[in-house]
Amino acid sequence: MTDVADPTPAVTTPTDAGHAPPAHPPTTTGLTHNKVAMWLFLGSECLLFGALIAVYMFAKSRLPAGEIGPNDVFDIPFTSVSSFVLLMSSLTMVLALSALNRGEERNFRIWIVATALLGGTFIAGQVYEFTVFVDLGLGYTTNIFGSAFFTLTGFHGAHVTIGIVMLMSALVASLRGRLSPRNAETVELIGLYWHFVDIVWILIFTIIYLFPQ
Amino acid sequence: MTQTPSAPEALEEAAPDAAADHGDEHEHPSDRQYVKIALILGALTALEVFTYFESVHNLGDAAIYVVLIVLMILKFIYVVAWFMHLKFDSVLFRRVFVAGIVLALGVYLVMLTAFRIWGV
Repeated sequence: MTDVADPTPAVTTPTDAGHAPPAHPPTTTGLTHNKVAMWLFLGSECLLFGALIAVYMFAKSRLPAGEIGPNDVFDIPFTSVSSFVLLMSSLTMVLALSALNRGEERNFRIWIVATALLGGTFIAGQVYEFTVFVDLGLGYTTNIFGSAFFTLTGFHGAHVTIGIVMLMSALVASLRGRLSPRNAETVELIGLYWHFVDIVWILIFTIIYLFPQ
Repeated sequence: MTQTPSAPEALEEAAPDAAADHGDEHEHPSDRQYVKIALILGALTALEVFTYFESVHNLGDAAIYVVLIVLMILKFIYVVAWFMHLKFDSVLFRRVFVAGIVLALGVYLVMLTAFRIWGV
């Protein structure tokens, strides 16, 4: 049996070479792969949420007369406050990234915690809204409207929750001294995801809640 | 002197050449500009919520749809252009994202039309 040579070239890490890794490794596009991948992911997410919104619109149009529907359960003033909270979390997110880029670690931590708290407030509001809807008689399997509504807003809520986990991870990394202006792109990617979740809610709030029923 | 946030043409004003030449390095807006954008977004949201009140319903559903869609698109563009930095970043990111939006809009508008949900 012959020995098979390992085709993988020997990798010399920057540490081996005796200097710190570059902040942005050279690529054919001049853009970092992580950021390109994040934008590709967000582009694909448009299709996911597009499908969920389209299914909701279809379901609402097929809701039989007399069944419990949007007019019976929606509380627009309450959802407006939730929407405003999520919108403002986008502001705190960019302020966190801005602080990190300037090397202001303490301010970065304050803004990142504020973002997570605002996201948590939004999720708490959503959980409360769901329990009220169930009390009013609208469950996941009550009718086609309930199924589509809970699926759409539930998927969005899951995205916000994942975003909060990422924000907390960034906070922990910062507390351990692993975040600096040199690797601020990690936080920028989390921010892109967070803002995307925000713009999806901008669409949901208008199309699902505010459009005349 | 801070740059005044411009309205929907935000995406049109981007500087893709600079971004292409220098990778994804770009200048970020100032904190003051971010706060201005947030205030604009808050005002647009307040306008949206205003359409919910009974007195506005005299306008008719068609007018309310138009107003809400315009406000929604404005908010969307402000967040994407300023908070997601698409106004300042590489044109490649914009193309990737817009491709996803256009594809989703096309596919699902055709689907909803096929199921005749528009009441025509």
